[in-house]
Amino acid sequence: MALNQDFLGKVYPAGPAYEVGREKIREFAIAIGDMNPAYHDVHHARSLGHRDVIAPPTFPFVVSMRASAVAMFDPGLGLDYSRVVHGEQRFAYRRPVTAGDSLVVVTTIENIRVAAGNDILTTRSDISTDDGELVVTTWAVTVARGTAEGSA
Amino acid sequence: MSASVAWADVEVGTELPALTVRLQRVNLVMYAGASGDFNPIHWNQRFAQAVGLPDVIAHGMLTMASAGRVVTDWVGDPGSVVEYGVRFTRPVVVPDDDRGATLEITASVAEKRDDNLVRIDITAKFDDATVLGKAQAVVRLV
Repeated sequence: MALNQDFLGKVYPAGPAYEVGREKIREFAIAIGDMNPAYHDVHHARSLGHRDVIAPPTFPFVVSMRASAVAMFDPGLGLDYSRVVHGEQRFAYRRPVTAGDSLVVVTTIENIRVAAGNDILTTRSDISTDDGELVVTTWAVTVARGTAEGSA
Repeated sequence: MSASVAWADVEVGTELPALTVRLQRVNLVMYAGASGDFNPIHWNQRFAQAVGLPDVIAHGMLTMASAGRVVTDWVGDPGSVVEYGVRFTRPVVVPDDDRGATLEITASVAEKRDDNLVRIDITAKFDDATVLGKAQAVVRLV
């Protein structure tokens, strides 16, 4: 079944804030095998001009994942989650996510299309501090294989 | 934000130091825990094979994070990354053995822009085939 085009442009308002802690950043950095001192050592991060340790460039996905899942699982949208693959991910940063940030995520369904029998959904998540400073925007492209109308 | 590479010192075609990343099952388990992505295709061989995969595969976001290191290791301050994006074109299969999967990451300066910006194009290969498409980062140099 094709995705419901009525959901194009739908905005999912921010839920509870994500509190970014130093140890979470370190845990994430270790999990990706990255010992860059900007993620681990507060003094080093400050010597680079950051307020505290910063998070690796892909960390905002962790922050946005819950919010974008709310959009993807929106029952009326019609995405067959059993057949989805992650097609694409992109980030545009105003500044790095930094320990101590309290972040909220607003997700928008930015594009719905069909290509080669696949439903393709693009969500945009704007990640801001809870006092309104935009930190990073991330786009996720999700592909549901062979679910579009008329496909086998 | 202070990168350690000067914009004036790089040209289109300048190659970044290459990076080899080995991913084993333990790395996928660690990434699942740290990211909160517990999709069983990344840790459960029975499940992965039942949905048609040859074996457990790495999280796309772990591959993206690994590939991004070629840029952040070079530039020094990861806070100098202005944009980063990839397409996931082929899964990275991680067998349950002592070798795991090996990613070969290379990158070069593809474009110089105003405001000390450069675009870096990244190639990530596993088993001699690229696993990311259009992998690009925009970085602000000094």
